[in-house]
Amino acid sequence: MAEHSLILIIVIPLMASCFNILLGLFRRGFCYPLVIATLSLCVILSIFIMDGVINNGVIHYRLGGWAPPWGIEYVVDHLNAFVMTIISFISLFVAVYSKRSVEAELPGRTVYFYTVFLLLVTGLLGITVTGDVFNLYVFLEITSLAGYALIAIGRDKALLASFNYLIMGTIGACFYLLGVGYLYIATGSLNMADLGRLLPDLYHSKVVLVAFAFFAVGVAIKMALFPLHVWLPDAYTYAPSTVSALAASTMTKVGVYVMIRIMFTVFKPNFSAEMLPVTEILGWVASGAMIFGCILAIAQTDVKRMLSYILIAEVGYIVIGVSVTNRMGFTGALLHILFDAFMMACLFMVAGVVMHKTGKTSIHGFRQLHRRMPITMAAFTIAALSVIGVPPTAGFFSKWYLVLGAIYARKWIFAGMLLLSSLLAVVAFFRVIENIYFAPSCHAHDRVGQEGIVRDEAPLSMLVPLLTMAAGILILGFFSGKIVSAVIQFTVPEGF
Amino acid sequence: MDFIISKFNYWIYIVLMMIGFYAMISKSNLVKKLVGMNIFQTAIILFFISIGSKKGATIPIIQDSHVDAVNSALYMNPLPHVLMLTAIVVMVSTFGVAVALLIMIYRKYKTLEEDEILQILRNEKWPNTH
Amino acid sequence: MINRFENIIIQTISRLLIPPIQLYALYVIAHGHYSPGGGFQGGCILGASFILMVIAYDIKETKRMISEKINTIFIVLGVIIYSGIGAVCLILGADYLDYGILNKIFSVSPAKARALGTFGVEIGVGITVMAVMVSIFLNLVSGGEHEEAQE
Repeated sequence: MAEHSLILIIVIPLMASCFNILLGLFRRGFCYPLVIATLSLCVILSIFIMDGVINNGVIHYRLGGWAPPWGIEYVVDHLNAFVMTIISFISLFVAVYSKRSVEAELPGRTVYFYTVFLLLVTGLLGITVTGDVFNLYVFLEITSLAGYALIAIGRDKALLASFNYLIMGTIGACFYLLGVGYLYIATGSLNMADLGRLLPDLYHSKVVLVAFAFFAVGVAIKMALFPLHVWLPDAYTYAPSTVSALAASTMTKVGVYVMIRIMFTVFKPNFSAEMLPVTEILGWVASGAMIFGCILAIAQTDVKRMLSYILIAEVGYIVIGVSVTNRMGFTGALLHILFDAFMMACLFMVAGVVMHKTGKTSIHGFRQLHRRMPITMAAFTIAALSVIGVPPTAGFFSKWYLVLGAIYARKWIFAGMLLLSSLLAVVAFFRVIENIYFAPSCHAHDRVGQEGIVRDEAPLSMLVPLLTMAAGILILGFFSGKIVSAVIQFTVPEGF
Repeated sequence: MDFIISKFNYWIYIVLMMIGFYAMISKSNLVKKLVGMNIFQTAIILFFISIGSKKGATIPIIQDSHVDAVNSALYMNPLPHVLMLTAIVVMVSTFGVAVALLIMIYRKYKTLEEDEILQILRNEKWPNTH
Repeated sequence: MINRFENIIIQTISRLLIPPIQLYALYVIAHGHYSPGGGFQGGCILGASFILMVIAYDIKETKRMISEKINTIFIVLGVIIYSGIGAVCLILGADYLDYGILNKIFSVSPAKARALGTFGVEIGVGITVMAVMVSIFLNLVSGGEHEEAQE
């Protein structure tokens, strides 16, 4: 079975989501153990695949036994394995976290929730495994449809937010499909490696240029890059807490992975640097994302909405790392994908815990919360310091690589904007941290019962994943050298 | 003139796509936005199928099940047809999810006009102003 | 909510037509690799037959024929058939969905086994598509109120 691990990592969540309905019709309590077992199996498989890629090189798998240009091929190299491992780990932790939150926010719908949850994880893992551009479109749509359904079951404005996300996301996917179609007209192939071989002779034809434009805009909508980010704040604020935590840490990151694949595997790096000024445009757009995201995060009164704007800024950081086209910047971008997944998952999980315990997520509602749930607030502070980029936490290491990359490419403005947005993030996060630790209680009756505020910490099934994410943020930063030398240095495209 | 007539399939698909896109952007009724999205996706499907056709070719189905090779210039390219089967399924699923969302929006807000819904939300947020 | 509309012509014609429609749908599924057709198309026609029953008769009558629970099981059954055939190919030793290896079970030539494997997955696709079409239509028409939603 070992050589089939590439296809098993997709088939197992898919079949588990089907068996979930059958088990759920039988008895509702069986859903949660099934989800945890499935995702643990996926984590084991992804570690196995990562191990295989590090020791043996690129893994190929032919679906149905058909050879590559005629059949669908699944290819895993270092970049794939890296993103796949991140996604399977984060999905497992969010699923462990989800038990109490789903029972509280969505009573009576846990069976269908976990079914669509497993379909979402199937789609995400499928995007990272496949080596065929049309197969990637299918998995992209599976992910998006599951996302629309899961976001729509949230609170107040969730339905309208999900409808907006549906319209914009469908436009993005249709643009991606048009790009695939144009490339098929020009070359006759749908396999990524084959296209990478056939396209360099055709770089001067307008069909290929327009195909790249369609790909860029379609993927930018999906990953919420600056001017096309409008669907994200509403969708992630009003979604259920579990869905926000999973979607914020994984869905935008696979969007960045798809962009890296298109720009550097299907089209070679010299296309983006010489034919169209893609890297400059991406650099300016990403700087806009960073500044805009952090400024608007300062203006919010709801913590989840503030975190959504910080997420837009984080996508900007990763795209800047890609756009400077040198080894340092690309390393910083990939490290930032890993650390940002942990940071966003931790932050949104904290917001979910506060929602579960107090029922609201406004900044005012975080007042003096360190008395009630000190461990949760400590995790929030660690993750906030990591977003800002304070030294022992992981965010410092990835931002170091990003700023170094911008300086090596002699793009002083981008380096300055990176540092400026870190300062703005300080303001945004310290508003909340000041409220948690230092704000005096404003109600008179609280002053009387201040000694008697009881410790009402988060339940254990929510606390353990939260602490794991926070520990990861503290510890993984020191391992970044090892991660770079083992995995990331093989993902950098040649010519950087 | 030859530029328009010889490439008429591309012109048709561009016009249909822009009609759908215009409907998605400018109409305020949510159902009309959805219909616009459907027209947009249908135009893409038509475009893909049209690129598979060849001059003097017939549909890509072999009549008798003989085992020797066929002359591929006599048959249309079957790959875009197959890809578009998948794309049609995706289109129908998206439409199904969207209509389910619209039913729930109607049950909650009692209207399907976007400006009226935004007005209701604005009144909820600041109940004293109008 | 669709209420009962007593029109003898529509009810008689649909009572005569629905079985041939379903038979034609099964024909379309089975002939997917010889002529235009296949799993998705046949499944849509099967779903259309049930929708015709809802239009001609009442929702309650149709739910007597195919209840919500059975519908949900059908949605899942089709995907399990599809993935199950692929998993059988995995267990027998070949790649996923490599139907040629199924000749060990059916004892025909590998090419014929590929045709049979394709037919098997088309059946799975047809069942799922039929159930999803019926489910979407029933949800739309009843405005979302059916016994599954209120647990």
